[in-house]
Amino acid sequence: MNIYSWIQLAFYLVVLLALVKPLGSFMARVYQGERTFLDPVLSSVERFIYRASGVNPEEEMNWKTYAIAMMVFNFLGFMALYGLQRFQAGLPLNPQGLGAVTPDSSWNTAVSFVTNTNWQGYGGEVTMSYLSQMLGLAVQNFVSAATGMAVLAAFVRSFARHTAKIIGNFWVDLTRSTLYILLPMSLIVALVLVSQGVVQTLSPYKTGALLQPTTDSSGKAVTEQVLAIGPAASQVAIKQLGTNGGGFFNVNSSHPFENATPFSNFSEMLSILMIPAALCYTFGKMVGDTRQGWALLVAMTIVFVLLLGVAILAEKGGNPVFTVMGVDQAQTNINPGGNMEGKEVRFGIVNSVLWATATTAASNGSVNSMHDSYMPIGGLVPLWLIQLGEIVYGGVGSGLSGMLVFVIIAVFVSGLMVGRTPEYLGKKIEAYEMKMASIVILIPVMVVLVGTAAAVMTEAGRATIHNPSAHGFSEVLYAFSSAGNNNGSAFAGLGANTSFYNIALGIAMFIARYWVMIPILAIASSLANKKKVPASAGTLPTHTPLFIAWLIGVIVLVGALSFLPALALGPIVEHIMIFG
Amino acid sequence: MSAKNKTQARRKIYQRAVLESFIKLNPRWMVRNPVMFVAEVGSALTTILWIQALLGQGKAPARFIGAIALWLWFTVLFANFSEAVAEGRGKAQAESLRKARQDTPAKKIRGEVKDVQSAFSKVEVVSSTELRKDDLYLVEAGDNLPADGEVVMGIASVDESAVTGESAPVVREAGGDRSAVTGGTRLLSDYLIVRVNADPGQGFLDRMISMVEGAKRQKTPNEIALNILLAGFTIIFLIVCATLLPYSIYSVGASGQGKPITITVLIALLICLIPTTIGGLLSAIGIAGIDRMIQHNVIAISGRAVEAAGNIDVLLLDKTGTITLGNRHAIAFIPLNGVAAQDLAETAQLASLADETPEGRSIVILAKERYGLRGQTMGASEKAPSGMRFIPFTAQTRMSGVNYNGVEIRKGAPDTIINLMQSNGNHVASDLQSIVEAIAHVGGTPLVVTRNNKALGVIHLKDIVKGGMKERFAQLRKMGIKTVMITGDNPLTAAAIAAEAGVDDFLAQATPEAKLKLIRAYQAGGRLVAMTGDGTNDAPALAQADVAVAMNTGTQPAREAANMVDLDSNPTKLIEIVEIGKQLLMTRGALTTFSLANDVSKYFAILPAAFATTYPQLNALNVMRLATPESAIMSAVIFNALIIIALIPLALQGVPYRAVGAAKLLRDNLLVYGLGGLIAPFVGIKLINMILVWIGWV
Repeated sequence: MNIYSWIQLAFYLVVLLALVKPLGSFMARVYQGERTFLDPVLSSVERFIYRASGVNPEEEMNWKTYAIAMMVFNFLGFMALYGLQRFQAGLPLNPQGLGAVTPDSSWNTAVSFVTNTNWQGYGGEVTMSYLSQMLGLAVQNFVSAATGMAVLAAFVRSFARHTAKIIGNFWVDLTRSTLYILLPMSLIVALVLVSQGVVQTLSPYKTGALLQPTTDSSGKAVTEQVLAIGPAASQVAIKQLGTNGGGFFNVNSSHPFENATPFSNFSEMLSILMIPAALCYTFGKMVGDTRQGWALLVAMTIVFVLLLGVAILAEKGGNPVFTVMGVDQAQTNINPGGNMEGKEVRFGIVNSVLWATATTAASNGSVNSMHDSYMPIGGLVPLWLIQLGEIVYGGVGSGLSGMLVFVIIAVFVSGLMVGRTPEYLGKKIEAYEMKMASIVILIPVMVVLVGTAAAVMTEAGRATIHNPSAHGFSEVLYAFSSAGNNNGSAFAGLGANTSFYNIALGIAMFIARYWVMIPILAIASSLANKKKVPASAGTLPTHTPLFIAWLIGVIVLVGALSFLPALALGPIVEHIMIFG
Repeated sequence: MSAKNKTQARRKIYQRAVLESFIKLNPRWMVRNPVMFVAEVGSALTTILWIQALLGQGKAPARFIGAIALWLWFTVLFANFSEAVAEGRGKAQAESLRKARQDTPAKKIRGEVKDVQSAFSKVEVVSSTELRKDDLYLVEAGDNLPADGEVVMGIASVDESAVTGESAPVVREAGGDRSAVTGGTRLLSDYLIVRVNADPGQGFLDRMISMVEGAKRQKTPNEIALNILLAGFTIIFLIVCATLLPYSIYSVGASGQGKPITITVLIALLICLIPTTIGGLLSAIGIAGIDRMIQHNVIAISGRAVEAAGNIDVLLLDKTGTITLGNRHAIAFIPLNGVAAQDLAETAQLASLADETPEGRSIVILAKERYGLRGQTMGASEKAPSGMRFIPFTAQTRMSGVNYNGVEIRKGAPDTIINLMQSNGNHVASDLQSIVEAIAHVGGTPLVVTRNNKALGVIHLKDIVKGGMKERFAQLRKMGIKTVMITGDNPLTAAAIAAEAGVDDFLAQATPEAKLKLIRAYQAGGRLVAMTGDGTNDAPALAQADVAVAMNTGTQPAREAANMVDLDSNPTKLIEIVEIGKQLLMTRGALTTFSLANDVSKYFAILPAAFATTYPQLNALNVMRLATPESAIMSAVIFNALIIIALIPLALQGVPYRAVGAAKLLRDNLLVYGLGGLIAPFVGIKLINMILVWIGWV
C-alpha cells in the first residue's frame, strides 16, 4: 500500500462520516414532518400528490394497514415492471428494437427491482429498451428504496412513541422519502456524473471504428464496434443512492460510460453508503438520543473497516498461481501490485476493493470489478458481508431496520445478563419481539442455505456452474446470498440467466424482502404500543463501547455460526488449497 | 438436620432424579422444550443408525455410531437430570412444609356459634381432612391447628415455627390484622374459634406446596421469550446441518474424492450446535429460583413474580417497622420561656408513669437519666401522692395524663392541645408554636405537656432509624431501584426521616387510596413497583403492585392479594427477593451466551473431521490438533454432554448478583461467560480427546 492508497481510504471515510450529521438531521426533519429548506419548492408538489391520489396525510395507520399499503404498492410496481418488459418491443423509446424480455427473466427482474435487490440476470444494453430502463427500472430504483426508508421511519417512530397503535402513514413516508431525499440527491449526483462524462442521451447506439481491427472466430475482419449508450447518468445516480445497484450496462460501474473517472468513481462509492450511514443519525435524532445513533454507526463502521482491511490484504497479497505464471504482481508506480484479475486498471486494487466492500456492506450490489476474480479471502469478505444480513450500513432503510433487530437480540441476551427484563430505549423486549426478531434473523439464513442446497442438488442448478469446484460452490452460494439478502451483486462465473436461477432467485428475493419487512412492522407496532420505562442505574446503557463491542460480537457470532460450514466448503477450502 | 441426614437426603434426591431423568424422556414431556426435543429425536435417529450398522448396513463403524448415540442420549438425560434435581430439592422443601400438615384431629363445631360457652358444647372431633370451607373449629392450648382460617373468637399465642422457622410465638385474635391462622401451626395458650377458609388441599400452604413442587409451574414471560430465541437458533442450526448434506455431496463431486458426510456426523454436529447447554438447564434455573426464595423463607405464588422481582424499579416501604424501629424515643425536654427544665421533666415523667407504650417509657427513662428524677412510683409518695388518677390515651381525646390533688397534667399532640387551650380561652405561649415546628422540622414528633391547662414545654420524640438501612438503600440505588417511604406522618416529619434513612422519596400522610394512587402513577410511567404490606387496608395496593410481598403475620386478604409471602415477616427481605429475581435472569442470560459462544469451538472440532475425506486440506482448521476425525467428533459430543452436568450447580445456585451497576455487571459476565464460553470448550475438547487417546478408544 502506498501513501495514495491510504489517503484515498481515509478521505472516503472522513467524507462519509462528515456527511452523517447534516444529512441525518435533514432526514429526521423529513420523517417528523417538519419544515425543511426544500419546503418552498416541494411542499406544494407534495400537497398536490396527496390531493391527486386522495391520501389524507394526517391520517396515520396501524401496522397491518401500513404493511398492506406497502404490499399493494409493491405489487402494482411489480406488475407494471413485468408488463413493460414483456411489451417493450411495441412500446416507444426502443431505438435498438429490442424484443420482449423472456417471462422468467421478466419475473426475476421485476421482483429484483421491486425488492430493492437489483440482481441482474440480464445484460442491460442488449435486453432493456430505454423506456424499460427509465419508466420501469429507474422508477423502481426510487420507490423500492423509498419503501425501505418508509418501513424504517415507522420502526424508528415506534421507539419514540408510547402506548400508540399507529406508526405513521405509508403514503406520506413513501412520498417524502422520494420527494425530499432521493430525488434532490439524485439530481445532484447525476449532474456530477454527467460532468465527468457518464452518458445521458436518448439517441440510438453509436458505431465507431476500431483502433485495432481484429478478426472474429470465423476469420472475418472486424473493423468497427457498436457502442451502447443511453440515459445512464440519471439512472446510475439513484442506483447508487438507493442501494439498488442494477447497472445500466451489463458490466455495471466498471463500464466507462457508467463510471468514467476517478472522481465519478468516488462520487458513486460515496453515494452507496451516504444515506444508510446518515440514517443512523436520523434514528438517534428521532428517538431523542443521538448517542444511540452514533453507537450503531460506530458498530457498523468497525465491522466495515475491519473487513475492508482483510479484503485489501488478500488482494494486495497477490495470487501464487500468477507468480508461477510469471505475472508481475509487485507494486510499482504503474502497477498497483497484487491480484489485478477482474479489476479495472483505471481503479486499481484499493478502489476496487473499497467499492466491493461498500457495495456488499450496503445492499447495493453495483460493481466496478468482478468479485469472481478476487482471491478466495477477498471474495469471502463481500460474500460474508452480505450474509451478515445487510446490516453493516445495509440498504437504505432496510439496513438500519435489520441492525435494530440485531440490537434487539443483543439487548435481550445482555439485558438478561444484568438481571432485568431487557429493554431498549425504554421499551421492554418480550416474547412477541423475540418471535418476530427470530423470524427476521432466520429467514435470510434459510433462503440462502436452502436455495444453495436446491441449486447444487438439481441438474438445472448444476448445469450452469462453469467452475465445478469449491469456487463453483462459492459462486452459487454468492448468488443465493445476494438474492436472499436483497443485495443484488453477482459473483459472476455462474450462468444465472436460466429459468431455474431466474425463478429460484426471484423467490429468494421476494421472501427475503417481505418476510423480513412485515415482521419488522409487527415489532414496530408492538413497541409503539408499550410504555416507555425510564432509565435507571439498573438499565443497561446501549451507547457505550462495551455495548458496541457486544453488538458486534452478536452480529459476527450469528453470521459465523450460520455460514461457517458453507464458507468452509467454498472460499475457505479454496484459500487453503491455493496457499497450502 | 444433622450433616449425615443432609447427605442422606441429598443422596435420595439424586437417586430419585436419576430415575426421573429417564421418565422424562417421554416425548410428550420433552416437546415442551424445543431444543432438547430436537436433541432427543437426534439421539433416537442415531440409535436407529447404530442398529442398522450392527446389521452391517452402516455408513460408519457401529462402534463409532454407538458411542455417539450413547453420548447424545447422555446429553438429553443430563438435561432431564438437572430439572429433576431442581424439582427434587423443591419437593424436599415442600415435604418439610407438608410434614406440618399431617392428618390432625379437629374439633369441629356443629351449627352456628352465638357465644363461647355454646361453642364448647357443640364440639365434635373429626379428622382435619373432613373440614370444609366455612366450617368452624375450636383449638385449645397444645392443639395443632387443623386448617387455614380466620379467627372469629378468642385471642391466643400461636407457635408458627413450623411454617416460618421463627421460634417466637405470635398473637392471633379475632378481627383486625392478626386474625389469619395457618394450618399446621400450634396453639400455645388460650383458645381460638376459627372459620375454615379453604377446602382441604386448597389451603394457602397446599397451593404453595403444589407450586413449589412444580406441578403447576408455568413458564414465565422471560423464559418464554428466551425459549423463542433458542428455538430460532435451533431452526437455524437445523437448516445449517440439513443443507450441509447436499453441499457435501456436491463437494465430493467437485473434488473428486471422499465420501459425503454421514447422517451420524450431521446429527452429532446438530446437537453440538443447538443451544443444549442453556436449553437443558433452562427449566432447572426457573425451578431453582423459586427454591432459592424458599431458602429465604419466601414463598412465591408464581414464577412470574420471582422474575418480576428482578425488574423492580420502585420499592415502597412502610416506615414503621421497616425503616424505623417500631417506636419513638424521647430525646429532649424543651421548656417554654419561664419554665424550668427540671419542672417540665418532672411533669412529663408524672404524665407518663402509667404509660406503658415504648414512647411513654422512654420519657420516664429520659427524665431519670438527664435530670436524676428517679424512684417515681405509682404508689403514694411525696412526689406522687396517693389519689393519682391516670387518664389513658383514647382516640377521641388524643392525649393522656394524670390527675392528682386537683392538678391536671396532660401530654398530647400539639394541635389537639393547642385547640383545647384555645377553646378554654387560655393564652397560648408564643414560643410554643415555634418549638413544635422546630421539632417537626428535624423529623421529630412533638408532645406538648400541660399542667392545669397551661403549657409547660414540649417533649421531643424521635424515630430511630434501624441500623444499616442507609447502606441497604444505597445498594438498592446502585441496583437502579428507587425507594419510597410510606408513612402516616406529616410531610415535615416524613422528609426529615426520609433524609436520615437515605430513601429517595416519601409519601406522607399516606392513606390506602394514596398508596394505590402512587403505585398507579409509577406504573403509568412504565415502572415496576414492589411493596410489602400486612394489613387488610394494604390489600388493594398489594394487588396493584407488580411484586407484592405479604407478611405471613398479615391478614388473609393481604396474603391473598400478594404474590409472595414472607414467612419471616421481615419487610427488608424485599432486597433479597430482588436479588434472587435478578440472579434468575442473569443465569439465563449468562448460560445463553456461554452456550452460543461454545459453538465456535465445535465447528473447529467437527468441520475438519466431517470433510476429512473430501477436503483433507480443511485439517488446517483443526487448531486443537485432535487425533482422528472420529475422536474429534466424539470429543465435541462428550464435551457438549458433560458441560450440562458441570453447570448444574451454577444453574441451581444462580450467577451471583452484585450491585455494581448494569454496565460493570455486563462487562464481568461477558468476560466470564462470553469470552470464557469461547475459550473453555477448546481446552475441554482437547482434554477429552487426550483422554480418549490415552484410554485407547482412538
